[in-house]
Parts: sequence; C-alpha cells; structure tokens
Amino acid sequence: MSKLPKPAELAKVSYNNPATDWMDTPVEFKPGMYCHGSKPKSLEIVGFPNPRDWRPADADWKLPENWKEILIEGIADRLKKYRSFRLFMDICVRCGACADKCHFFIGTGDPKNMPVLRAELIRSVYRKEFTTAGKILGRMAGARDLTLDVLKEWWYYFYQCTECRRCSVFCPYGIDQAEITIIGRELLNLLGLNIEWIAGPVSNCYMKGNHLGLEPHTIVGNLEYMLDDIETVTGKRIKPSFNRKGAEILFVTPSGDLFADPGTYTCMGYLMLFEELGLDYTWSTYASEGGNFGFFTSNEMGKRLNSKIYAEAKRLGVKWILGGECGHMWRVLSQYMDTWNGPADFLEVPKSPITGTVFENAKSMKMVHIAEFTADLIKNNKLKLDPKRNDHLTVTWHDSCNVSRGMGMLEEPRYVLRNVVNNFVEMPEDTIREKTFCCGSGTGLNASEDMELRMKGGFPRANAAKFVHEHYGVNMLANVCAIDRATLKPLMDYWVPGVNVCGLHELVANAMIMKGEKERTTDLRGEPLPNVQAKEEKA
Amino acid sequence: MTLKEELKEKKSAIVQKWIDAALASYHKDAQGALRQTKAQFTNPAGFNLAQGLDGLFDALLEGVITDSVATFLDMTVRLRAVQDFAPSEALAFLIRIKQIVRDELGRERLDAPGVRTDLAAFDAAADDLMLYAFDLYMQCREKIYDIKAQEARSQTYRLLQKAQSIADKE
Repeated sequence: MSKLPKPAELAKVSYNNPATDWMDTPVEFKPGMYCHGSKPKSLEIVGFPNPRDWRPADADWKLPENWKEILIEGIADRLKKYRSFRLFMDICVRCGACADKCHFFIGTGDPKNMPVLRAELIRSVYRKEFTTAGKILGRMAGARDLTLDVLKEWWYYFYQCTECRRCSVFCPYGIDQAEITIIGRELLNLLGLNIEWIAGPVSNCYMKGNHLGLEPHTIVGNLEYMLDDIETVTGKRIKPSFNRKGAEILFVTPSGDLFADPGTYTCMGYLMLFEELGLDYTWSTYASEGGNFGFFTSNEMGKRLNSKIYAEAKRLGVKWILGGECGHMWRVLSQYMDTWNGPADFLEVPKSPITGTVFENAKSMKMVHIAEFTADLIKNNKLKLDPKRNDHLTVTWHDSCNVSRGMGMLEEPRYVLRNVVNNFVEMPEDTIREKTFCCGSGTGLNASEDMELRMKGGFPRANAAKFVHEHYGVNMLANVCAIDRATLKPLMDYWVPGVNVCGLHELVANAMIMKGEKERTTDLRGEPLPNVQAKEEKA
Repeated sequence: MTLKEELKEKKSAIVQKWIDAALASYHKDAQGALRQTKAQFTNPAGFNLAQGLDGLFDALLEGVITDSVATFLDMTVRLRAVQDFAPSEALAFLIRIKQIVRDELGRERLDAPGVRTDLAAFDAAADDLMLYAFDLYMQCREKIYDIKAQEARSQTYRLLQKAQSIADKE
C-alpha cells in the first residue's frame, strides 16, 4: 500500500503559489497543456531539419550540437528580413494593456501567457545578443542567455498561442503578438521542434494536397455520402464535377469540411447552393485544401503549401476562385497568397455570374470568400429563402479571429445569417467583432492530447456563449471557420451543454427552397423541421 | 446576535478573504488581473470565482447544502478542474472557509456560549460542500476524457462508414 501522509504532514500544505520572478521560474511541462512532438517522417517529407524521435517531456531533445548558433543566426536573419519583428522587439514599454486580454492567460492564470511576457521570452534573448545595453547590463536590462531551459520555455508557450491577435487590438503601439509567435515557431522549426498535429498535416498536404491526406477517390467518395444525404432530405440528386478543365470557378475549401461533422453539413450546404444556382464550378482533388498548416510552421512552408491553388487554377483554366468557410485560410489567402505565389494575372477579376457583381476587393488575388458571395446573392434577391425552417434554432455568431479581427469580415456573415434565421442573438460586446474571443484551439492546437489547454483557452468564448444560452435560449453557435466547427463543439460540451455548433452555409441550405425539391421534413442533420414537429405534436 | 447574523454582517469581508485564498494558488503576477471580479466577460475567471463564492457562502449560512448550490459550485470548480492543479490543490480553497470564519470572529467570540455549536453546524455544511465539490470535480475530469473519446469517434466516423459500405458490398 502506498504511504499515506500523516495529519501533521498534511497540515504543512502551503496554499500559496511560490512567487519567483518569471526568469527564475523554469518551465514545467504539464500534461494536457502541450501536443506530441513532430515525428521524423513528417519532417523528412518536407525536408525540414533534425528529423528524429523525441518527446517534449524528455530531458534530451536530441538537438544538433550547434543549436544555439542556429537560433541566434535565425533571429539575426529575421531581424534583417522583417522590419515588424525588429520593431516589436524594441518598442514594447511593458504597459500591460495586453496582459489580461489573452484567452490563454484568462483561462490558465499563468503569467507567461500574458502577451507581453510571451514576447519577453524572445525579447530577453534578443536584448542579450543584439543590443549593447543587454550585452553590458544583462539582467538589469531585461536580458538573459539562451539556454536549454529558455528554449523549452519558448516551445511550451509559443504552442500556447493561437495567433488570434486579440492582444494587438489593445496594444497602444499595435504590437502584433501573432507575428512574434509566428517568428518564434519558425525559429523552433530550425531545430525540428514542431508539434505532430501541425507537422503531420503539413506533410500530408505537401504529398496529397490536403491536411487529412485524403486521396482523390476518398474525396469523391466522401462527397458521395453527402450527396446521398442531400437526396434523402431534398429528393434531388446532385452531380458535382471534379478537376474539370474550362469550368468558370474553382472551389477550394478546408478539407475538414469533407471529413467530420459538423463541417460536413456545411459542405452539403455549398453543394446545394451551387446546384441551385447552376454554377459553372469544379472541385479539385489536388488543390483540395484551403487551410494552411504550413503557415503555423514557417513563412516558407506556408508559401510552398499555398502554391498549388494558383497552379491548379491555371491548369484548369478557370476564371476565378471561390473559397469555402475557413478562418486562417482566408487570412493566408488574402494577406499572403498574392505576394507569395502571385500575381495571378492569368485569372480574371471575380464577377458573380448570377448577380453580375464585380468583387473589386479581390481585384488582385482573384479569390472570393463564400460569405461575401452569398451575401451578394441575397442582397440581389437571387435565393428563395424560408428562414422559418430554422425556427427551432436560436443562433449566436462567433467571429472567427482571422476573418473578423484579421480581415474585417464582420457584416457579410451577419447579413446572411439575418436572412436565413429568425432568431439571432449577439454575444456581449466585448466578446465579438474585433474583440472576439478565440476558440482556444487555432493554429494547429486542435489536437486531443492538449484538451485541458483547449478548454482553458476557449473559456472566455464559452462564458459569453453561456450567457446568451441562459438569457436568450441560444442553442446554436454559428461561424465560418473549419477549426471552429471542429473545436467549439467539445468546448460547448464542457462549458455550455445544450449549445450546438454549425457553419453558415448549413443554415443557408436549410432555409433555401430549391427548385423541384420534395417537401422537406428534416434539416441536413436529419432532425425534424419545426413545422413537422408541430404537426406531429398536434396529431 | 446569533452566529448566522454575525456572519451575514461580516459577509463581504469573509467572502473577500475566501476569494483571496483561492487566488493565492495563482502566481503573484497573475493575481492582480484575476482580482478584477466585476468584468463578467473580459475576466470571466475572476468574475465567476467571486460570484460563485458569494452564493456558496449564503448556502453555508443556511447550513444546508443541496443540489441548489450546483450553479455556484460550478462557477468555482469547473475552471480549476482543467487548470494545472492536483485535485487537492484545485479544491483546497473551499475548506479554507472554516479558518477564515474563525479568524474573522476572533478567539473571544469563538469561546462565547452557543457559538461553538453553531460553528459545528457551519463546519458540517462546509464539509458537505467539499463532498459536492469532489463529485463535480470528478464529473469535469470524466467529461474531458469523454470529449477526447467523442472527438476520436467523430474523426473516424466517415472512415468507419466507408469501411462498412465496402464490407457490405463484399
């Protein structure tokens, strides 16, 4: 039998957290707070350095002998390359405005999750290596040596940031912590220190075109299942085309939509919408991933994975590209694709074949987000909608960080939502739009082994959802992000049971009256529609 | 004045000390931010802790702990069940209420006639509360494992569907 402590021993328990300065508090790897380390195969496939078996909790990370040199050189390179990085290393005055704005800090109570301190993890080394004051005054100037403990601390905390940028909204200097985390992760990748939940999808995407590693026949097969379900609900058999040359539009969406509920219902929504419009479009089994986990690895890897989208558009000879519901995909496409792999001068400025609207905002990158596309359809009265079919739902809107705070897409999805549901309630002001709270699982942190981290990081979002659930009966949390659709569901299960999660186009498709459809009795999930429920109750 | 009346009068000071006891388990640099207990949506950790303990203290004064404390208990325990605490550390702050009440009353008052009996009833309620907290803590932990299992199932559902249909064809 194990030794039980005596009452006197128990009485010695200190209830207080030991208060040491952050530099003197070495990182401790707590289960549930970090993901598995990258596997050698995942790194080898994309030619990344130092592929080997390693475990984050092990003392020996099997680093190359000159790891410090590699990192210091890596920092020097990036200081030259990115003016923003140099600026962010120099200008913080540690005012603390960002400190309590991070969902991970709010949920963990760990000071190293304060954005200011997360940045300080790298800044302290920058000062020591690259500033005169730091070299001479050392710790007095906030500088410290790069040691193995410091490296481990970087790894632990740069994989506890979802690059959501909420902190940057409150920073008087506009320091973007997302960019610091991006650089931090790039540096870690110089030593082969990725997490497998990112490295695996990256290598899959590189080899097979999408994060899940779905091969062409699987993509077609998965869509077939959805087409069967659509036929059951609407009586209509849809026949989409794949890799079709000469189509007007190439449609690209995150592969999560093809694979797991509730993303699949959103995907059924796309299929139904395009069918109803008679859109001349094609799926690609090659450019079969809108998301980009390369972006969570390094700038270079993001660029490599992204290149297939324009390449496929060129090969198929389409006029423009339409993007499905995704968060980080949209930021990558809007802010990076054009300069990474553009100019896409072989494409035309996107013009809706249904309404004639020219999407001037996409003049250069030639890609439109489906929320914009559908908002335009509704504005021009091109869809027959019966929002009553969604009357069993009271919906609230989660602004996904990358599309809302990152790209300013605030009104389009709300406009669509108001037209397809009758019951829409906003969450409290401090938790939506530019100040939206992250799902807590973005940037590749949506693994299962870090579930505690995800539940803590998503706590502020869940807390706001709980409020509208309790006060207004909200039972559906809608959004336009594949990672959100996958991760908000477990988050709601833990914090707010009774709230479900869906994509925007699931609601659109439920409300949309299709030409020649049979009388619908269920929604896309097979749940009875409200009028059917009422009839059954009467009978 | 009965013990209940006296504790009711001293409620705000006692609850504040109870909040402090819970916050002491966080690093000193984090406590300042968590102490902003009025910000329901921007500091839900501090807000829920304060609201939860306030409600729990009222329940303790009534001396009866029933399922009705579930909401308040949830506000104090659910977050700590996923934070970096051992189970004992996560819940220790709840029983500290006994010592906080004693400190607040002072030695003289503790010896006063009748107080000892009333205090025993208060202690018994605090013990019951701890048992409820233990149940809730375990529910939270089990939920985490349940979610992990559900997630694995949802990620493989389409594969299984596919495997099944292949098997059916054969």
